[in-house]
Amino acid sequence: MILSLAIWLPIGFGIILLASGSDTSKSYVRWFALFGALLSFLITLPLISDFDRSNAGMQFVEKFPWFARYGLNYSLGVDGISLWLVVLTAFTTVMVILAGWEVIQDRVAQYMASFLILSGIMIGVFCALDGILFYVFFEATLIPMYIIIGIWGGKNRIYAAFKFFLYTLMGSLLTLIAILYLYNQTDSFNILDWQQVRLTFKEQIFIFFAFLIAFAVKVPMWPVHTWLPDAHVEAPTGGSMVLAAIMLKLGAYGFLRLSLPIAPDASLWVSPFMIALSLIAVIYIGLVALVQLDMKKLVAYSSIAHMGFVTLGFFIFNPMGIEGGIVQMISHGLISSAMFFCIGVLYDRMHTRQIADYGGVVNVMPRFAVFAVFFAMANCGLPATSGFVGEFMVILGAVDYDFVIGLLAATALILGAAYSLWMTKRVFFGKIVNNHVMHLKDINAREYLILGVLALLTIGMGVYPKPFTDVIHPAAIQLLKHVAISKI
Amino acid sequence: MQAQDLLEILPELLLLISACFILLATPFLKEAQTNDEDVFYTPRGASVAFQIAQLTLLILFVWFGSRITELPQTIMNGLYSIDPFSNLLKCISSIAVWATLTYSKHYLIDRDLFRTDYIALVLLALLGQFVMISGANMLTLYLGLELLALSTYTLTAMRPNYARGIEAGMKYFILGALSSGFLLYGMSMIYGATGSLELIDILRVTHPDAVMRLVFAFGIVFLLAGLAFKLGVAPFHMWVPDVYDGAPTAVTLIIGGAPKIAAFALTFKLLVTGLQSLSTDWQPILIFLGICSLTIGNLTAIAQTNLKRMLAYSTIAHMGFMFFGFLSVFDDNAYSAALFYVVTYVITTLGSFGLLMVLSSKGFECETIADLKGLNRRSPLLAFVMMLLMFSLAGIPPTVGFIAKLSVLESLVDAGYVGLAVFAVIASLIGAFYYLRVVKTMYFEEPIATELIEGKGFAKIILTMNASIILLAGIFPEFLTTICLNAMRSSLQG
Repeated sequence: MILSLAIWLPIGFGIILLASGSDTSKSYVRWFALFGALLSFLITLPLISDFDRSNAGMQFVEKFPWFARYGLNYSLGVDGISLWLVVLTAFTTVMVILAGWEVIQDRVAQYMASFLILSGIMIGVFCALDGILFYVFFEATLIPMYIIIGIWGGKNRIYAAFKFFLYTLMGSLLTLIAILYLYNQTDSFNILDWQQVRLTFKEQIFIFFAFLIAFAVKVPMWPVHTWLPDAHVEAPTGGSMVLAAIMLKLGAYGFLRLSLPIAPDASLWVSPFMIALSLIAVIYIGLVALVQLDMKKLVAYSSIAHMGFVTLGFFIFNPMGIEGGIVQMISHGLISSAMFFCIGVLYDRMHTRQIADYGGVVNVMPRFAVFAVFFAMANCGLPATSGFVGEFMVILGAVDYDFVIGLLAATALILGAAYSLWMTKRVFFGKIVNNHVMHLKDINAREYLILGVLALLTIGMGVYPKPFTDVIHPAAIQLLKHVAISKI
Repeated sequence: MQAQDLLEILPELLLLISACFILLATPFLKEAQTNDEDVFYTPRGASVAFQIAQLTLLILFVWFGSRITELPQTIMNGLYSIDPFSNLLKCISSIAVWATLTYSKHYLIDRDLFRTDYIALVLLALLGQFVMISGANMLTLYLGLELLALSTYTLTAMRPNYARGIEAGMKYFILGALSSGFLLYGMSMIYGATGSLELIDILRVTHPDAVMRLVFAFGIVFLLAGLAFKLGVAPFHMWVPDVYDGAPTAVTLIIGGAPKIAAFALTFKLLVTGLQSLSTDWQPILIFLGICSLTIGNLTAIAQTNLKRMLAYSTIAHMGFMFFGFLSVFDDNAYSAALFYVVTYVITTLGSFGLLMVLSSKGFECETIADLKGLNRRSPLLAFVMMLLMFSLAGIPPTVGFIAKLSVLESLVDAGYVGLAVFAVIASLIGAFYYLRVVKTMYFEEPIATELIEGKGFAKIILTMNASIILLAGIFPEFLTTICLNAMRSSLQG
């Protein structure tokens, strides 16, 4: 029942807020939303403590008939791949609610409700073991995010919301055909059944590419990444945090849950292509990030580069790579949401995201600067932060696969350091040139709390990643064993 | 014909009697200051007529609803069949017309359309649909179709001093008459080839390798052209946007709502019940019509600024999509997918036009997309309702529109048309764009008027229920799809 609660509790709180909240009772709405988010987060904690680390299969399984005519089931479960993503989602929602505490003054109830509902839906994606259930949750995430970007976004928000929605919808519609095709072959919508069914090479290729379009857009992989910078730049801070921390992971998760196990032969055959795309994302997008003038765009491009690491790890087919990819997903969830929050802190005060408008912020906001510099370091993979663990594992895996690929992937560390630190230098250090910067106020207790918690987790995960890798390891090994067996 | 047959068609008789009663009796409820020139225009008479009509429709809804599992039987010497299929469709048609009248009450009052003859014509149109749904003979089907069509032609042009309505009525009449001619010509060809008008007999004597192949082929082409006109499927769709746009919104809903169910029944009866063995002849035509409709409907809808026109083009696309459910051979799953598609489409259409009427007021016609600007600020509830409706039309989960699309796509993949399924999906993506634009207008733009939408409490409650059905049937689709499947099975056995 824990998984169902984790999905439906935030959605329930969201619906209550939608029905009862209004702009006349803003503080009640905020506290109620925070209560809902905290409760939903606490609900997921037993997942960690009760998770059987020696078991590679699905745990906390729930299964009820849902739509018997097509054999649809409401079936949920988590394994080592999805466990931490579920917890991360619930946790990020708490952070997002806190992040929007003061900034959002307009239609607060709808804002908070959107994030709570979105949180439940995304947890649903990570838990669903039924193909259609997965698809329904996967698609349903678009609706709240579309509204979040469209209502509370920046100047160009409507364009960005449309681009976001249509791009991702385009990707996922073909998935539906693949799902129906698999149903046609197996007479079941159970993802675990699909993983066992034998398919010819041609079928596998078709299914792999139908899934690829959906997941590649979501990740996003080069060259279908162009929606992300727009969406990020226009989204409100909370929207960017969720987008970077969780939504991008939906695509990467889809590779692990569907593409690789269902079409292993195709995945192996396509892997050089996928590795090439990932490397382009890592290197080329890293270079693109270097020249950005807008802070949010820079971090958005850095997200694409980091997700390139994730897909690279998945398609080199060794335990280091896959585990590193998953660790990178979780770590990126923490760091990128912190980075976006930092930009939000500056934007709320200055109403500009241009790097050129800043300079010398450290003189007026010393406490904030400590955090911001720390997260910039973590973003470029400083050892002892979580960013290092994932990237290091992926690079090790890549070297194991092919030295040149490992070498190319490793250049990302240099590029990452270049764009992160250069931005930090231009924004935080040097002389104050802009008069507005003189009057900036340092972060308040709420902002301190958010950044502090995220920083502690980033360090914790960087110094002692064992709790994460222990959970991920059996599932990753099992996945690789499964992929190694041909399905033709 | 036996006296017992009259008992079986009691609901149809009840409908006819209340329509006649409304026409005859209500003019006698005179009011102090009535308009003498127009005997039908008495506000008190119209209210009474309205109540009678609503009551009749509810009785019919319960009557058919309680008989969904009845055994199939053919009465009136094979002219009329009553089975779970027809009972289900009539049940839904009745409640759809009931909802239509509920939504349109204030709209009609504000536009001098709240008249006894209006209500009587609505009931007669429903009677025509009943006859179409139950007809087991080509002539009965045609009779029902004409009763429906003539009532709706009149309704379209009925608003006094409203040139657009009259123009729309004229167009609708001329093209409708033409298409009836097509249909009748096709029927006559089939009759010539088989020597029978009864669908059962036609099914019995048709073979794919019959000698009269050419005559059959001609007949089918004409039948399909007529059907395509009636359903508003491209390339026979020209009248749809003009009529949807020109007619008063209440009438648009009467044309675009319940009759789609009857049109589905007509298509199903002619093609599947009657001409099943010639499916290799009519299926390629359906594919062509479906592709045309999805392309033209979705692409043209993007360019529309008028919401009613946009919904008209969306209807074209949806009807094309529905055709795809007919592409498998004698598969109850596929046909019931098409049936389910139509039913959910009608429920969604009811809501969307109903919402337009609730938003309209005296002297203000809510019909362009811009009229919905900032609806979220003026009425969060109605904006949410409209959002659900639009997402359902776009086929985005968890609304019922998704389940409907899923069922039809599943039947397509099952029948081996994977390429067509991919095409349908791409067309849906294009469709999502313009539905999304409506949501954008409601949620992201500032309102032009600041006053809240007040009054019309009952219509709002029904509208909310309508939207809840769309959401609930999307989350728990079992109930409705099972009913559709059972109805379809029993119909195919018969």
